[in-house]
Formats: sequence, C-alpha cells, structure tokens
Amino acid sequence: MSRTVSRHVYGAVAVLLSAAIFLVPFAFIVVQSLKTGPDSASLQFSWPVDIAFWENVVAVFQARDYMLITAFINSAVLTVLAVTIMVVLAAMIGWVLARRPSRWNGVITFFVLAGLIVPPAIVPTARLMQTLGIFNTIGGLVLIEVAFGMSFCVLLFRAFVSNVPRELDEAATIDGAGPVRLFFQIGFPLMRSVIVTAVVVQSVTVFNDFANPLYFAPGQENATVQLTLFNFQSQFQTTWNLLFTDILLITIPPLVMYIFFNRQIVAGMTSGAVKG
Amino acid sequence: MATLAPSDASDTAAARAPGRRASSRSYARRMYPHWFLLPGAAVFVVLFIVPTFASFYYAFTRWTLFDVEFIGFDNFVTFFGDPQLSKGFTNTLIFGSLTSGLKIVLGLLIGVLLTSDIWGRGYLRAVVFFPVLVSTVGVGITFQALMDPYDGVINKFLAVFGIDGPGWLTNPDLALYSIILVDVWRGVGLAALIYMAGLVAIPQEYYEAARVDGAGGWHRFWSVTVPLVRPATTTVIILSLIGGLREFQLIWVMTGGGPGFASDVLASVIYKQYAYGFFGLSTAGNVVLFVVVSAVILPLFWWLNRKQTEL
Repeated sequence: MSRTVSRHVYGAVAVLLSAAIFLVPFAFIVVQSLKTGPDSASLQFSWPVDIAFWENVVAVFQARDYMLITAFINSAVLTVLAVTIMVVLAAMIGWVLARRPSRWNGVITFFVLAGLIVPPAIVPTARLMQTLGIFNTIGGLVLIEVAFGMSFCVLLFRAFVSNVPRELDEAATIDGAGPVRLFFQIGFPLMRSVIVTAVVVQSVTVFNDFANPLYFAPGQENATVQLTLFNFQSQFQTTWNLLFTDILLITIPPLVMYIFFNRQIVAGMTSGAVKG
Repeated sequence: MATLAPSDASDTAAARAPGRRASSRSYARRMYPHWFLLPGAAVFVVLFIVPTFASFYYAFTRWTLFDVEFIGFDNFVTFFGDPQLSKGFTNTLIFGSLTSGLKIVLGLLIGVLLTSDIWGRGYLRAVVFFPVLVSTVGVGITFQALMDPYDGVINKFLAVFGIDGPGWLTNPDLALYSIILVDVWRGVGLAALIYMAGLVAIPQEYYEAARVDGAGGWHRFWSVTVPLVRPATTTVIILSLIGGLREFQLIWVMTGGGPGFASDVLASVIYKQYAYGFFGLSTAGNVVLFVVVSAVILPLFWWLNRKQTEL
C-alpha cells in the first residue's frame, strides 16, 4: 500500500521538477516566437499580447535576403553528403577490421581512438584546406565532418560486425561474389540496423554542428542554419522574437528525427561505450 | 568458424589442418582486402592526422598570413605568462572536471529514479533526454535570455522569494560556473541513459541477497548499485571529459569567453587567436589542449579499465 503511494508521490515530484527545469526553457522558446518584437523585448515568460508567429516566420525567412533558405539548403547538402560518405567509408573499414584480424589492427585501433579523443588542430587544418583549395567550400566542410565523425562510426560498425556470423559471407563467396559485391550485397544489408543508428546520430550531430562551419567555412554564402542565429543578435540590439522563431525552426529537423528514430538514437548514443 | 576453400576437399586428413589455416588466411585476404580501408583512411589522414602532426611544428613558430618563422618555445612562454591566456588553461580543467563530476552524480541519480517503478517514467525519459538533440547554439542563446540579470526568467523567479539574483553571465566570478550548469543541463540526459543501460543489467539477486542480509535502501545503493554499475561510470567519465575539456560551442555562444576573459577555455583561446591572425599562438594553444586531453584521458582510461578487469 505505502509503496504505491510513495511511487506516485516521488513520480509527481519528479514530474514537477523536470517540468520546471527541462520544459520551461522550451516553453520559453515557443512563447517568445509567438510574440511581437516589443512584446518579446522584455523577455517575460508570459502569454503573448498578440500572436505574431506567422509574421515572425516570414520575417526570419526574409532576413538578409533570404539567407535562411540558402542556409537550410547548405545544411541539408552538408548533412546528407557528409553522413552518406562517412557511413559508407566507415562501414568498409569496420567490416574489414572485424572480419580480418591482422597485425595492423592494433595500429589502426590506435588511430581510430585518437580520432575520438584528440582535438583537431584548427589553424593547420584551415591552412591545409586553403592549399587544397577547399577552404570555405561546402565540399571541404563535408570532408571535415567525414574525417572528424568517422572514428565513432568505425567503432560502432566493428563492434557490430564481430557479432555477425560469417556463414552468409561464405555462401556468397561460393556463389562467386567478389569482395565489393560481398560487402554491398551481404555486408551492408546485414549491418542495416547499426547503419540506421549511425546515420541518425551523425545526422543530428552534423546538422547541429556550429564550430566546424565557423572554423572552416566562415563565408556568408556557405553559412549553415546554426550560423543564421547570429543574424538576429548584434552588439546593439537583439530581436528576440525572431531569434527564438529561428531557434524553433532549426530545431524541427532533429525533433522529427527524434520522434521517428527515438530507439536508434538512444541505442547509438549509449553505445558510445567506448570500448577499445 | 574456419573457412572451407574448395581445394581443401581433395586434401588428405593429415595435410588438411595447416592447409586450411593458410587458405583461410588467403581467403580473408581476397574477400576482405585492405584497400577497403584506403578511402576512409585518405580523408582521415589528410584532414586530421597531417594537421595534428603539423601543429607540433607550427606551435614553435611565429606564423602570420605571409610567413613562418621558427621561434622555439616563445609561444608557450607567452601562453603561460599572459594571464589572459593561462586563465583558459585553468578554466579548461575546472570546466572538464566539474561538468564530468556533476554528470556522474546527477546522471546516476536520475538513472536510478528512471529505472525504478516511478510514475510518469516515459515522459521523464523523453524530457530529460531531449536537450541532447537541440543545437548547442540554440541552448546557449536560450539560457543567455533566461539568465539575463534584470529581465531574465531565473532572476524574476528568485525575486518572488525575495532573493536578489546574481548576474549569472555578467559577473566574472560566476560566468564560467553558470555555463557549467547549462552544460550539465544539456548533457545529463545522455549520462542518465548510459546509466540506465548499466542499471538494468544488474541481476536482481544481488539486491535480494542484500535485502536478506538486512541492508537498507541507502546501503544497497552504495554496496550493490555503485560498484556494479561501474562500466557505465567509466563510459560517462570518459565521454564527458573528452567533451568537457574540448568544449567550445556553448562557451562561445553564451559569453564569448567574457566578461573580459573570465570564462575563456583553451578551445575559445585557440579560436580567438586564430581569428586575430596569431596563427602560431593559436596552434600552440592547440598543442597545450592536446597535452591536457591526453594527460587526463589516457591514464584515466588505463586505470578505469584495469580496475574493471580486477572486479
């Protein structure tokens, strides 16, 4: 009897506390994005005097000559290309590392872990990209995200493949498949669930990334959605209602991902159990 | 499973064992070729490994847009001699250790709460984890508004109880700690999830045995839960330290390292020197960060894993 009561009491307390700590900031974003400019300037957590959500959305899109539309296209291209390339290349590496133990594996593991731990050297990377002619280009940024995100994917794939039995591989080989066909026709489908996990986690990471675009593609024409937030925030004046409308708009893609792939995101992020 | 190559079939039993081992190796060489590693390795080596090695040279140079001049340890002398820069060093250690410590304590508590048969569990899980998915920039800007000293919701709320809220981000003594709280707010959901995965793996028999021995709830937590959830703790420590020591985005968005340089960390110093055009100094900062991260993570990784196998 008393256990059921305490279960409800603790639960109610936890729900109230979590609402205050975690929901209020999100409610705040939503409320501000509904307000008119002068109304939002006071930063009050209050119901808007006039609902101006649609006007705000239009204004956010129109700001700086429709920069947000360019930015959404840039972010979409960056995310799709970077995640596709990263996942295919990392799957090839994880596949071979798990299937073919060799004396190189130790060295390779060392570099993979280094990729996870070592902070990238900003200026040397930027200068090298300049030399290669890919600094301040979306293509260059794609390769940067691939290079920095690959370690995580390789560890994820290697751990998964080492638990997949080889019988199918052998059957395919007897049917005369070569290594490329074996990988794409047998390996890739076998790895489907872990690939979905990697794609979802890395899409959210790349889409939300702010530092690498700032370091390696600072130009306005290559701005990603994260950088558009600074359009509404200057030293002298911040238009809070538009700023929060923008935050709301750029949170929609990861939110949609979360709703559809909740399980995979959780699996991927908790498997970050970095086991060497 | 050893692999059967077609030629093996005609071999005699005596010749089969060594022959099979050799052919399975050649089978692996054929079907899982090393060139599969090359495309990924090429991108990784060119854009990550080469710049990392180059940084060990450029850190010892005066490096501008136009030329590179070797100056020995001067950059490091400047780095640790100038309080504006060395502040970033101590702040990095504070930021890394405090965020990591808080995520462990709060993550474990939330994890225990959410694996118990508490009411509203599904809702709580979703709510606690969701901040992980919102962009750091969005979180930073939102809390900048909430922490505003005059109009901010937090201080308005405190005023209801007659408390005069501080300038969370404008007080130099407080700014770094305010950002630490926001970082914990953002990352504790992930820590809690990792703990939940570890907690459900603990066999119930241990708890029953402890209960039979008359251990109370608190005692069971300390002598069963904490030691047995250790692999999760290792993961949380390593992940949060790697993230915390390298943190740039949240700090840059919330204070830009200010007021003055009160909340600068190594990563923000590196970016500032890069933006000012002091490339050598910026790269020296990168090398310092590299040394800090390696010096903290590697011994810890080794120590935690050793402890784990002892158990």
